[in-house]
Amino acid sequence: MSKHHITTTINGEPVEFLCEPQETMLDVLRNTLNLTGSKEGCASGDCGACSIICDGKLMCSCLMLGVEAGGHEIITIEGVANGDELHPVQRKFLEHAALQCGFCTPGLIVASKALLDENPNPTEEEARYWLAGNLCRCTGYDKVIRAVMDAAAEMRGEVAA
Amino acid sequence: MNYIVSKPELKVVGTRPVRPDGVDKVTGRATFGADMVLPGMVWGKVKRSPHAHARIVSIDTSKALKLPGVKAVITAEDFPNIASEEAFVGEGPMNFRDLSRNCIARDKALYEGHAVAAVAAISQAVADQALDLIDVTYEVLPHVIDVEDAMRPDAPILHDDLFTANVEPKPTKPSNVSKRVYFAKGDAARAFASADVVVEGRYTTAPVHQAYLEPHACVVQVASDGQAIVYSSSQGQFMVRAYCAKLLGWDIANIRAVPLEIGGGFGGKTLVYLEPLALALAQRSGRPVKMQMTREEVFRASGPTSGTVIEVKIGARRDGTIVAAREVLKYQAGAFPGSPVQPGCMCGFAMYDIANVEVIGYDVVSNRPKVAAYRAPGAPMSSYAVESALDDLARKLRIDPIVLREQNGAREGTKTHYGPTHHNIGFLQTLEAAKQSEHWKTPLKARNGGAVGRGIACGFWFNIGGESSGAVHVNEDGSVSVVSGSPDIGGSRASMAMMAAEVLGVPVDKVRPIVGDTSSIGFTHVTGGSRVTFATGMAVTQASEGVVEQLKNRAAQIWEIPPEAVDWRDGKAYPAGSNAGAFEPLDLAEIALRAGKTGGPISSEVSLNAQGAGPGFGAHICDVEVDRETGQVTILRYTAVQDVGKAIHPSYVEGQIQGGAAQGIGWALNEEYIYNAKGQMENPGFLDYRCPVASDLPLIEAIMVEVPNPRHPFGARGVGEVPIVPPMGAVGNAIRDAIGIRMTDLPMSPPKVRAAVDADNGQKAA
Repeated sequence: MSKHHITTTINGEPVEFLCEPQETMLDVLRNTLNLTGSKEGCASGDCGACSIICDGKLMCSCLMLGVEAGGHEIITIEGVANGDELHPVQRKFLEHAALQCGFCTPGLIVASKALLDENPNPTEEEARYWLAGNLCRCTGYDKVIRAVMDAAAEMRGEVAA
Repeated sequence: MNYIVSKPELKVVGTRPVRPDGVDKVTGRATFGADMVLPGMVWGKVKRSPHAHARIVSIDTSKALKLPGVKAVITAEDFPNIASEEAFVGEGPMNFRDLSRNCIARDKALYEGHAVAAVAAISQAVADQALDLIDVTYEVLPHVIDVEDAMRPDAPILHDDLFTANVEPKPTKPSNVSKRVYFAKGDAARAFASADVVVEGRYTTAPVHQAYLEPHACVVQVASDGQAIVYSSSQGQFMVRAYCAKLLGWDIANIRAVPLEIGGGFGGKTLVYLEPLALALAQRSGRPVKMQMTREEVFRASGPTSGTVIEVKIGARRDGTIVAAREVLKYQAGAFPGSPVQPGCMCGFAMYDIANVEVIGYDVVSNRPKVAAYRAPGAPMSSYAVESALDDLARKLRIDPIVLREQNGAREGTKTHYGPTHHNIGFLQTLEAAKQSEHWKTPLKARNGGAVGRGIACGFWFNIGGESSGAVHVNEDGSVSVVSGSPDIGGSRASMAMMAAEVLGVPVDKVRPIVGDTSSIGFTHVTGGSRVTFATGMAVTQASEGVVEQLKNRAAQIWEIPPEAVDWRDGKAYPAGSNAGAFEPLDLAEIALRAGKTGGPISSEVSLNAQGAGPGFGAHICDVEVDRETGQVTILRYTAVQDVGKAIHPSYVEGQIQGGAAQGIGWALNEEYIYNAKGQMENPGFLDYRCPVASDLPLIEAIMVEVPNPRHPFGARGVGEVPIVPPMGAVGNAIRDAIGIRMTDLPMSPPKVRAAVDADNGQKAA
């Protein structure tokens, strides 16, 4: 079986890689590109720890093949901050202590960013249903939801940054 | 040492700074078990039994070894056959022989998913092919899954050499019941006869998995001289080192265990599964080996906690005084002895002052994965039964359920039925805070005509102390490094840095904490038993005090005055009074700069065995809505009150309370292991093993009650385990309130609630 040569854009930078046809995007990110911020919690699309944004759409990278990445724009957790400047969602996760072990955190932050990109003013219920694909076993989601709602408010300019 | 009294104005402890490891964790930079790589690394994978119970007749590895790219294949024959020996390095006792046979089956496979062989190969794909080429011949044996089936005299026996302990006469036939546990106080049988009211019930709970998001993973390397390094995510690097050394027959000093970030554990990572296999593969292949479990392997072969059957009976006088209590508990241990039935026997009635108590417990093996510790091991099931029965009692006596618990609640000097006497506990204060909460004071409102109800239940956990080490180093510029031996599973680096900063009188961001490997810090017990903030916190605090003494001494040398004439406050040395002389204060940086000329580096390491952890108590209030058509239970509102001693970092204490409550809600409503007739697990994934997701839960209000623990420098108690104890009772009592039906079988999932409603309707119609 020969490998496929894929050209894509990840976190704003052009990227080329070789992958087997059956390799998932998650395996490519973690094992080939050393972007280990995306986590494998289940490899079946049930936990959201591997969440990425592909052409503006939230996806589980474990359910996407590496060969499908060609020509698309992908954002991973490594591309959420702007250099050293954390994204408001990242900052609010820290301020609200919305993480304990931190393993689900990259996926939750990517998913939260995708939510706020699409809906800058979500209700708590909308946020809860949007994030229902991201399992967190530590926090009970309370502080996660508070962080996301607070980040949304800040991004709308409703509170001082 | 009593800071609570002598330091009323804490500057750092009790505040909410950003955790020192936070930025790495929100940017994806933190290195968890599976993120580690080493040059030349190969992949290890495990071959697992498809049978629940089978004799291993033979294992032929020859074809697998011939496959190009395969570097090593191992079976139990590659490990020493070690004798039975109790070990105490994890959370709760563990028998080394059982642990060895759990890591890789010897003679028999005892559950579906039991490891029988392992391979190392140049890629995951080649390793998978090699697993298929290992030829295992099994003689399939009859199996037993359920706890009461396993206790029957004619049940298939898992271990021919297992005889029930603590029964008379000494059994002559092997049994799946590994031991009987018995506690008694007073004369329960006689007291029941004098009770005005008796309530009783039989409760069953399903086994549930800790379901940490990060599957077990490790990377190891073994040099030709036998020195090895293990990078893994676990709840204790010293536990990993001890278990690996024992199972492989190596010297402890030849293994350095490096703790990587841990993606949740909840007790389930207080033992090893992969590390000994990876070391054996690395030794044979001469290559670094990486292993990681799939989620399916995590479900089939690690954790969970026991499923149980519990009978409870409580007798009281008409005024609400409980006069007698009895509990019989049967706990699944999995394939090897060692369920948490003993703490289950202790915790159910630990919160109450009852004159006559009898509790009997049974530890029972069956063809399931060996249970592992899960947050307050054993207590939640026992409390579910007891707190449900207390709710029935309150209804029968028409007494408010909080008042009933207050009336019978443990207080200063209450002697428990298992021996110790309670001191400095905060149960009554916790109940009072629950009574005063907005939630309890706000009447429950019907929502869209649905059936709504409110329940309350309480929970207890001992908390432990034990062996810990902490070191504090003053760097050349006056910044501070803190090293501890406790893996940080939920923010403990933050609390360590805060306690050190408080003692040193410096801003918390001048203190940078790390978790040391087994060769760079003294022995430290696992992160478990809610012990880290208490015991490791005590070590770090004492090490900080040691540094302060040195700083005073160095200032004294610089000023040429006696050390006792120097005061340390707000991060600076001051002359103790006008007699000491007139000197400008010296801060940490100025003293650090001159450390070389005043005696060398300034640092202190403390290793101790912390005693007096101080138990914790919780009271949870839950509102539910029950859909009688579908059986769906919706949590409308949830409040968790807990005595935390002193919250070092209140946000992370609240987080423990909220997270524990959420796990308990999952245990109450949805989570369970489902087996088919062959003894194979049918739901080994997050789609079918249903953990709570964000849309299942409301905000969870955490109310912290601070009754200081006098044995900790800042008054802290363990907080991580108590909050998983009350939820099943609280949810069950709320459902009882909503629909008038006592649910006695966990999980209270939609099919079961619906069946109970239908049965109730049928009874009413008849």
